[in-house]
Amino acid sequence: MSTEARKPPPQIALKIRRILGGKAGWNGVAVQLAFAAILGWIGYEIVSNARANLENQHIAAGFGFLRNNAGFDVNQTLISYTGSDTFLRVFVVGLLNTLVVSVVGIVFATLIGFVVALCRLSPNWLLSRVGEIYVEIIRNLPVLFQILFWYLAVLAALPNPRQSISLLGIAFLSNRGLVIPSPVGGSGLEPFLAVLALGIVASLVLRFYARRALFQQGQVIRIWPYVLGLLFGLPLATILVFGLPFTFELPQLKGFNFAGGSRIIPEFVALTLALSTYTAAFIAEIVRAGILSVHKGQMEAGASLGLSRGATLRLIVVPQAMRVIVPPLTNQYLNLTKNSSLAVAIGYPDLVSVFAGTSLSQTGQAIEIIAMTMGIYLLISLLTSAIMSIYGWRVSRSLGA
Amino acid sequence: MTLAGPVLNAWLGTDDPETTFLVTTLKGPKPMKRVTLALTLALAAGLSAQAADAQTLKTVKDRGMLSCGVSQGLPGFSSPDDKGNWTGLDVDVCRAIAGAIFNDPTKVKFVPLSAKDRFTALQSGEIDVLSRNTTWTISRDTSLGANFTGVTYYDGQGFMVKKSLKVNSALELNSASVCVQTGTTTEQNLADYFKANNMKYEVIAFGTNDETVKAYEAGRCDVFTTDQSGLYANRLKLANPNDHMVLPEIISKEPLGPMVRHGDDQWFDIVKWTLFAMLTAEELGVTSKNVDEKAKLENPEMKRVLGTDGNFGEQLGLTKDWVVRIVKAVGNYGEAFDRNVGAGSPLAINRGLNNLWNKGGLQYAPPIR
Repeated sequence: MSTEARKPPPQIALKIRRILGGKAGWNGVAVQLAFAAILGWIGYEIVSNARANLENQHIAAGFGFLRNNAGFDVNQTLISYTGSDTFLRVFVVGLLNTLVVSVVGIVFATLIGFVVALCRLSPNWLLSRVGEIYVEIIRNLPVLFQILFWYLAVLAALPNPRQSISLLGIAFLSNRGLVIPSPVGGSGLEPFLAVLALGIVASLVLRFYARRALFQQGQVIRIWPYVLGLLFGLPLATILVFGLPFTFELPQLKGFNFAGGSRIIPEFVALTLALSTYTAAFIAEIVRAGILSVHKGQMEAGASLGLSRGATLRLIVVPQAMRVIVPPLTNQYLNLTKNSSLAVAIGYPDLVSVFAGTSLSQTGQAIEIIAMTMGIYLLISLLTSAIMSIYGWRVSRSLGA
Repeated sequence: MTLAGPVLNAWLGTDDPETTFLVTTLKGPKPMKRVTLALTLALAAGLSAQAADAQTLKTVKDRGMLSCGVSQGLPGFSSPDDKGNWTGLDVDVCRAIAGAIFNDPTKVKFVPLSAKDRFTALQSGEIDVLSRNTTWTISRDTSLGANFTGVTYYDGQGFMVKKSLKVNSALELNSASVCVQTGTTTEQNLADYFKANNMKYEVIAFGTNDETVKAYEAGRCDVFTTDQSGLYANRLKLANPNDHMVLPEIISKEPLGPMVRHGDDQWFDIVKWTLFAMLTAEELGVTSKNVDEKAKLENPEMKRVLGTDGNFGEQLGLTKDWVVRIVKAVGNYGEAFDRNVGAGSPLAINRGLNNLWNKGGLQYAPPIR
């Protein structure tokens, strides 16, 4: 009698069968393949249909238009831009404007969100009620409405440039925005920047060293006097040797507006305010949920160790809460970035306004421009969630979870 | 089981061998799955059926309605009144086309569009004609896949400022903040004008006309710029129209006209000749009041135009009495102008360039013969 085992079926085929077919086996695989073919066919139909329509209407396809001159101006540009630059540069200008409002908005939303969450959790009756009212009002009003509210409120509250509010004679606040002195590089700029960079790197190295000593030998090394010296003392000494790194150009009222200086436009202020306060209401609830998810025994354990309430929160509760907080927090960051496209309502020149709006209607290249805009939003969102995933992974790892 | 193929084909209304092939060969193990597949196919077939149609007139007739793109509210050109009825010069062009096709000027669906969405709406076939104070330029006429059919209003770009600024000329606007609607030729003319005159400015571009006017009124900018007719129209919307003035400079040529998609010459002709018919009617003194009497006259030109002689309307794909229908729907060009933007309207704009060619203006229609 032969005891030879039955020959196992080939591994790869089994794998395909399991992945594609699931419980249905080879029948399932066939259905999946057919479905994929149909999806492909629909995709092909859509593309060829669009192409045929474009050809019928003699609309030029392709990205050649990006090299044409835009011929319009933008009122906030982080890189130099004039009307005679190309549509590609308009794209970059709009993208940077979107990014700056998103990053600043995310920072403020996170700060406000944490503060409001701590208010809501506070044993103080008044503080917790204030936090609750904030959350309930802000998150229940449409964000577009809030953007318009802040814009019109900001504008209505400010005087025209000729009656602008002077802040110490160097900065001016009016309905044209906040004008501040702008730094102009001087002779000592390069050594100053080099020394500052050196100071930052050296401080980071010190911190790394001190932490290792703490975790491995239980040694507490006091590094803050050295850090202070590196970050402030050294650059100060450089200024004394090489002269001022930059001088300030003061804004001056000329005709209708201020000349010189840098300006923060009211559209930016209104958009950032609206987006960060709105998103903060959601972040507050996420943070509150995260903190409540940590067992109250942890708080009591901290207290019994003699830690203050603040120190217990900072050292024990928040690190554990972060595990719960990070994934929904990422969603809020993505929402804020995408909501920034509502900027067009108040004339803030973001990507959607200058590229998917003005450039689209100047060139008529709807498919290309919308595809580019969608692609870049997708990229920003994927990058944000990748960064947050890495952060979340680090948080979990440090807790040994 | 093989019944499903032909039945589905009949239902889809297709004899396309490709579709037939797919339906008959994809026999799933269970009937349910085949239904799902068939539905997916039906969806796909629906998609491909939306291929560009060069038969706009037929589409409009089948729909029983003309779909016309207009502005989101520009008094005198296209704006809804308190009962939701659209009025204005651009609106009357749509009504005239509907009148010529259906003998009923109410058979128009108005689609309000922002400046930046208007061309996409036309390209995608959402609207049959765009009649929305749109400036005729070479790039729009060529690269957008659409054609301008004529000029309904000769305009030019101007500036409006608060009187309190004490500015009397656009050349005094150095370093001013300017509010403008995005996606317009206005935006580009503005850049050109300030650059040519070595002046600095700050542009704040808004999505819609109303947002732009609101920001100007809130003091965000010193200057509001758009076509001069639009300045007069928008001035009426401000709280105190008399605190604002339109500067004398006109910095551009803005011939405004309707647009249609490329690829349908018959439809292009219909929209083009609807405007010409309104102009010809004014030239011949045919008005909405006297059109029936004029049609009885033995004057050969009158007979040709009003369709008692010849078949020009039929050559367009319309009826013999197409001009009569148009004039009954909206009156001649002069009547429409006066009612909407001219002496008979709150805007009270002079005919100026928009007068007939034989009265010192630029409006000129080729002969109907």
